[in-house]
Amino acid sequence: MTAPHPRTTALTTPAPVADAPPVQRTVEVVGARPVDAYVELRLAAPEIAERAQPGQFVAFAVGGETSGLLLRRSIAISTAADGVVTVVVSAAGPGSTWLTQRRPGDTVDVVGPLGRPFPAPPAGARALLVGGGYGAAALVGLAAQLKEAGHEVAAVAGAASADRLCSVQELTELADTLAVTTDDGSSGRRGLVTLAVDELLPGCGVVYACGPMRMLQAVADAATALGVPSYVAVEESMACGIGVCMTCVLPVVGSDGLTRLSRSCTEGPVFGGDRVRFDDVGTLPWDVVGADAMGVTRP
Amino acid sequence: MTAVETAVDMSTALGAVPIPSPVLTASGCSAFGRELEPFVDLTAIGAVVTKSVQLRPRSGRPTPRMAETPSGMLNSIGLQGPGIDGLLDGELPWLAERGARAFVSIAGVRVEDFAELATRLRGVPGVAGLEVNISCPNVESRGEVFACDPVAASDVVAAVRAAADPAQPIYAKLSPDVTDIVSVARAVVDAGADGLSMINTLLGLVIDPDTMKPLLGGITGGLSGPAIRPVALRCVWQVHAALPEVPILGMGGIRSGLDALQFVLAGASAVSVGTAVFNDPSALGRIHAELAAALETRGFASLREAVGYAHR
Repeated sequence: MTAPHPRTTALTTPAPVADAPPVQRTVEVVGARPVDAYVELRLAAPEIAERAQPGQFVAFAVGGETSGLLLRRSIAISTAADGVVTVVVSAAGPGSTWLTQRRPGDTVDVVGPLGRPFPAPPAGARALLVGGGYGAAALVGLAAQLKEAGHEVAAVAGAASADRLCSVQELTELADTLAVTTDDGSSGRRGLVTLAVDELLPGCGVVYACGPMRMLQAVADAATALGVPSYVAVEESMACGIGVCMTCVLPVVGSDGLTRLSRSCTEGPVFGGDRVRFDDVGTLPWDVVGADAMGVTRP
Repeated sequence: MTAVETAVDMSTALGAVPIPSPVLTASGCSAFGRELEPFVDLTAIGAVVTKSVQLRPRSGRPTPRMAETPSGMLNSIGLQGPGIDGLLDGELPWLAERGARAFVSIAGVRVEDFAELATRLRGVPGVAGLEVNISCPNVESRGEVFACDPVAASDVVAAVRAAADPAQPIYAKLSPDVTDIVSVARAVVDAGADGLSMINTLLGLVIDPDTMKPLLGGITGGLSGPAIRPVALRCVWQVHAALPEVPILGMGGIRSGLDALQFVLAGASAVSVGTAVFNDPSALGRIHAELAAALETRGFASLREAVGYAHR
């Protein structure tokens, strides 16, 4: 039996759990608005809205009560205020497509708020928020909270093309600076978010990011290289969203320096950017706790 | 879970251990119960059937671990868990403090592993009994699970019964992936099983049409959900017909009270709700209430009267 070796990290501590437990409610859709490639849904969900903290998500049942699609669809909360929870849905498969077809007056079964919120920034720190695709939606509530607490906020929204950008208008209104990048140059600067991130990072005391895994890795690496703590909200596919199915795991370094396959629903979705072993996602490295019991040994 | 006021006596038992509700969690589908606390009164359900525990902590398999399938899902978690020490130090005391009953699922690769786990669980507060997972498809040997061979299955069950606390009933969890489930059931009962848990997942496969490779990290996975319900019900029916005195914990795709009722009528004296919890974290309380109402509507004064009714 080989003992996993501790990895030392200093920039972040694991995100603490949320202040309030989740609830399950059948709620009414009060707004459904196509926004480029996405649909923004507004839900009258006061008990979820009052509990929600930026970085958390909700999990929808899809297809109605007799649906053959059993797994919940987990989607980041964009904003939660005045009893209304807003999410941005990208129609990727039959479940998310069903969600984008909801209209005002329809009801949906939703569980939330779920997951660990973004930890508070260091006092007085300038914050950099980086959103990829619809991941930018998850930063809107955070931007508002940070501004209210007196923090300077710089934001970057990036996507493959202009129609895949998200929440640009909201972030323009909230952030002190907003940079937009697209892979094809159809909006903002042509290139990846890291173009803007590299310029905006110096002077920032914390980075928050939500988006595709490769983007999160690039942003986290850039922040870590400059000694800036970063927190990333990951998008792993989940079956339940509440921590019981164990499908949404990824290798994360804990406070004891040991790597575990951690659930992105209950131990995330927000992780320290320097704690996620991005290169090892989807693999089982030998030094993960319990890998030895799976027959994976030190090479 | 809201208390349901029906005239029906819903009490039942796991072996000789009485439980107030016939509705339990299913192993591997509710972790160790803690995450369900916001949605379910854990003391009101029959028991929390834990995720299978092994001697050592296990990381489980790499992702992807899950694929949605018609009315179900395929999983290849690989028995991720804290190991028996983690269970004894953390999860079981948490359940016991709340007065929740734990039905601890144990798994191993050798007969001695199972026996050692049963020994470690002797007299542990809150442990109502053991479910012996001899049928998980997500183990190293895959198709060669203990439950596919009556002799290997009996060896495990006999060793567990000999090692376990006599006050703790042991249920053997059977696989549907066998030619004759009745012969396996008979063998484990002869070896000392106090009851049978039926069924575990069916071994399945999904190929990603884009990559043209198996979708799951574990290649094959266990199929669960309403898609397997008729298979599960058939297994319960056959075994109850052959061994009417043996208690059965029925499971496989139960999503509603009427689904649970079918298992009771086929011969199950309790049921586990698994994949449905992913869809509806409040499912256990809801299914208890729906089952009670369904029994009352059909004129049953107690759950016990309905067990095996379809055979009579």
